[in-house]
Amino acid sequence: MLEVLPLTIPNPTPSWNPLEDVAILFHYDFMVHAFQAGTVVAIVAGSIGYFVVLRGSSFAAHALSHIGFAGAAGAVVAGLSPVVGLLAFTLGSGVAIGALGNRLRGRDVTIGIVLAWTLGLGVLFISLYRGYATEAYALLFGEILGISERDVIVTLIAGVITLVTLVTVYRPLLFSSVDEELAGAKGVPVTGLSIAFMAILAVAVTEAVQVVGVLLIFALIVTPAAIAIRFTSRPPFAIGIGIGLALLFTWLGLSIAYFSPHPVSFFITSLAFFTYLGVRLSEPLRRALR
Amino acid sequence: MAISARDLAASYAGRSVWSDATFDIEPGSFTAILGPNGSGKTTLIRMILGLLAPASGRIEVFGRTPRRGDPTIGYIPQRPGFDPELSIRGRDFVELGVDGWRWGVRLGGRAKAAAAAEASIEAVGAAGYADHPLGRVSGGEQQRLLLAQALVGSPRLLLMDEPLSYLDMRNQRTIVQLIRDLARRRGLTVLLIAHDVNPLLPYVDRVLYVAAGKIATGAPGEIITTERLSEIYSAPVEVIRDSHGRVFVVGLEEETSHPHA
Repeated sequence: MLEVLPLTIPNPTPSWNPLEDVAILFHYDFMVHAFQAGTVVAIVAGSIGYFVVLRGSSFAAHALSHIGFAGAAGAVVAGLSPVVGLLAFTLGSGVAIGALGNRLRGRDVTIGIVLAWTLGLGVLFISLYRGYATEAYALLFGEILGISERDVIVTLIAGVITLVTLVTVYRPLLFSSVDEELAGAKGVPVTGLSIAFMAILAVAVTEAVQVVGVLLIFALIVTPAAIAIRFTSRPPFAIGIGIGLALLFTWLGLSIAYFSPHPVSFFITSLAFFTYLGVRLSEPLRRALR
Repeated sequence: MAISARDLAASYAGRSVWSDATFDIEPGSFTAILGPNGSGKTTLIRMILGLLAPASGRIEVFGRTPRRGDPTIGYIPQRPGFDPELSIRGRDFVELGVDGWRWGVRLGGRAKAAAAAEASIEAVGAAGYADHPLGRVSGGEQQRLLLAQALVGSPRLLLMDEPLSYLDMRNQRTIVQLIRDLARRRGLTVLLIAHDVNPLLPYVDRVLYVAAGKIATGAPGEIITTERLSEIYSAPVEVIRDSHGRVFVVGLEEETSHPHA
């Protein structure tokens, strides 16, 4: 096994034979692991992203990852695994945001205030940590090419737990996301669900940070779902399209990055952005053709 | 009785909203809940839904203590309209009225839920736009889909919180007629909050007038008069009728200072 932990890959040149290219792509273990972890993360991110968009919680999702950054940086200073700090902080803040309620006016202001402070904490922790700046860089922008086999297994377990939980709460979560007042009157425990949802989101965010980092989390969680709901208003289809797009962005991003000197995160976020842009710009055209 | 209240009192955040409410709602009747903003109309609805416990007194819905998630109650909450970006079909929303509170995904009951939703959508005449995103249909169309959702579980009681407030006059009239027709055909008891009684006057059997910490009840013609309202609320209330027969109540708004409706 090769010990390769680069942020950018030594760029091989693609051939015109696709089969050969795939063989090149999976030549190194780190690429195999990247594809495995990336696939799990894309499925989780794509499916939870639908509810993030439906509930109007995209700022909360964004904030979770940033708050998680402080936790991860703190864990590094304390000599722990950054994932432990990341998960602790995202879960803690997720539960707190969930308890604030989904429709509370001024919720985003409260989240923003906490977010700013925790980012300040993150800066402090980074300055206290005299090790490699790459640690912070990897947290901010993702380190999918540095994923070990053990990381893949942990990601897979976390991914399965997230998906099983999401399936379990699917119907009442959908109901309370559309109309919280009505769902509550029908006996849905709306506050409990709101907390549970943010907890699931916290785990999903922690996973996704490995791939795209805390700063770029939007590209995998929010963008695929935001594109999907422009094509269908049927929830299961929208979730399916969201997962498909997240997978596409991740796989394509990894593949392109492998044959180029630039970072994976750049390609994943660019694919997400330009797909969204294309869909929005083509809307008047598609409407005219209908 | 569909609903019966004895010496019922409500409080919100430690303050009394209204008290000494004693009234009966007969099965199959159409009742308008009227009163100024903040007088506690929604509070009454929430109490019937079992979302709020009485501060004192007793309330029964079909002979039982109200409980959350009562399948005999169909409910339309107050809302200024769905978010235009809300991307879920009206049909999916109505289906959530069938079993949206159950855990998991819909496995075996999919066809049954779809059939129930379809029947309800047909009954309110919403078939033409039930497959459009809920956020993109008009206010009147949203109100019909909300009604389809409220009716889908075959309830005996229909509670509606200001279903007419965000509609234009023409839509107000058609929605009220639709509610009245459906209620008659199905033997439903209807309680409807409104801030304007006029579109309802031809249809309502009874009025619950919530104001100044009290709830008064009676037939619309006997309760909405200068003498009765002045007497009940011991305030200089005036009921004005214009040349079209429309009714306006003046003088109760200043009497209330409760922060929550």
